[in-house]
Amino acid sequence: MNSEAVISSENLTKKFGSFTAVDHITFEVKKGEIFGFLGANGAGKTTAMKMFCGLLRPTSGKGFVAGLDIYKESEKIKKRIGYMSQRFSLYEDLTVNENIQFYAGIYGLDRKTIRQKQQELSDKLQLREYQNKLISSLPLGWKQKLAFSVAIVHEPDIVFLDEPTGGVDPVTRRQFWDLIYEASDAGVTVFVTTHYMDEAEYCDRISMMVDGRIEAIGSTDHLKAKYKVNSMNDVFLILARNVEI
Amino acid sequence: MKRFIAFVKKEVFHITRDFRTMLILFGMPVAQILLFGFAITNEIRDANIAILDHSKDHISEKLTNKLLSSGYFKLDSYLKSAEDIEAEFKKGKIKLVIVYGKQFGENLNRFRSSELQIIADATDPNTANTLINYTQSIVRDFVASLNPGPPAGIVIIPEVRFRYNQNLKGVFLFVPGLITIILMLVTAMMTSISLTREKELGTMEVLLASPMKPIQIIIAKVIPYIFLAFFISMIVLLLGYFVFGVPIKGSLLLLLFELLLFVLTTLSLGILISTIAKTQLVALMISVMGLLLPTIILSGFIFPIENMPRILQWISNIIPAKWFIIIVKNIMLKGSGLDMVWKETLIILGFAMFFILMSLKKFNIRIG
Repeated sequence: MNSEAVISSENLTKKFGSFTAVDHITFEVKKGEIFGFLGANGAGKTTAMKMFCGLLRPTSGKGFVAGLDIYKESEKIKKRIGYMSQRFSLYEDLTVNENIQFYAGIYGLDRKTIRQKQQELSDKLQLREYQNKLISSLPLGWKQKLAFSVAIVHEPDIVFLDEPTGGVDPVTRRQFWDLIYEASDAGVTVFVTTHYMDEAEYCDRISMMVDGRIEAIGSTDHLKAKYKVNSMNDVFLILARNVEI
Repeated sequence: MKRFIAFVKKEVFHITRDFRTMLILFGMPVAQILLFGFAITNEIRDANIAILDHSKDHISEKLTNKLLSSGYFKLDSYLKSAEDIEAEFKKGKIKLVIVYGKQFGENLNRFRSSELQIIADATDPNTANTLINYTQSIVRDFVASLNPGPPAGIVIIPEVRFRYNQNLKGVFLFVPGLITIILMLVTAMMTSISLTREKELGTMEVLLASPMKPIQIIIAKVIPYIFLAFFISMIVLLLGYFVFGVPIKGSLLLLLFELLLFVLTTLSLGILISTIAKTQLVALMISVMGLLLPTIILSGFIFPIENMPRILQWISNIIPAKWFIIIVKNIMLKGSGLDMVWKETLIILGFAMFFILMSLKKFNIRIG
């Protein structure tokens, strides 16, 4: 694995008025890594992610994505990242193919590539018969898998996933992670927030966020050994809830 | 540009896929113009009246006949005494009571003056006013016919002519008003809802995280609505022209230019609303209560601005639709050119610039 950092931050901070949502976070994500951004609801995961995606302006600190400054070069960054929001981001009143066409279109893919992608995706996700069906007619699990595939349709260097597996069953979640692995194998760096601690085990490295600060960072094995517990859930309880185990 | 086209295409899908949207967009203007044209009219025919005739001579009877043969009135009953008036009005059937004084004809012959009372049911002031005007003009005519030959002394005989709308057709006024209201609906309301929908669905974030710039997103989103607004205005104009004979005397090009100017104003109002509203429902409420209602009431569409209290007249000046209706009326009915409506045009241009700048600023703040 290449050890070049594709996402890095130094004391990155975001304040909303007097409330500090993200409090001086410093970390690095290496190329090709699956990096889990864990924490309870409201810990500041989404806010941090939005700063890297150019959706929010940081209050202070430094941040780089793909070697580009998040303050000055967010337009360039946007071309090289994919983003999937909490509420999966497909249009219900558009068909599968139209959604692919739209998202590929706004990233400037040409018509031939778009058609190729439509075939590729529907083959991969076994959506052949559904290509011209409205998204609203698909089950939630399929929508989420498609939303992920659409988020990386323009072959970005990095993909940001904001709690992508909310509300789906464990089997679909597993399938979803298979897609993430596949993307990772293809060289895409994956930055994923979640509050499912079992999903942490799927990540190469994770960071645990509590009240806007990063309390722990490393591989899951490393963290479990450090806190002398058997599951990430316990690590979370120790860090976030100050529970003695 | 390719991105832009992909975006506009998607927006067109949104509009055309939703049956209800299409129904509102195309059904409503047609229904409204037909409704306003056929059903709602300021003219009153065959209003029920009662007559209390204290003299019952041939002159009062002659006047009664003249009133009843005018087509505006229909005799409901002859009353016997003044006490009946109240009772008749309360039954709700009659709109007007004519009371002849005692010795109506005799006084007229002897003193050249006589008394006639007209009592109207003013629970509906507009109808009452109209009926009184009808009665007065019939009575004036009647008096003139009683004075044959050259009149004594100095007399001014006004000859009234209504220009630009000889037959006083209400639909002439409603077409410009309707276009205005429909433009507001299509542009301000629909864009504010469609922008808030992206926010509600979370797709707005994804769009903003894409290489599309915020300004590109906004423009791509509003372009289909601009075309839609033009298209629907055309339908209303054509319906007005072919069904009701509402003319377009001025330049169509100028009319379209003014239309574009006004649409830019209302579109930016729509964007502005979307920056405030968090949900589609809120956007709808703000559009209707904050935009549509004041426009309908204060733009002069239905209620004449001249009759409003001073303070409302002042407020009406900040309603862009007021100026737009003046422009459209002048161009359509009078055939005015830009030299006649440049002042109103400048005002709308000012509104457009102000709201565009403000909505873009607000939209950017929301992102930051």
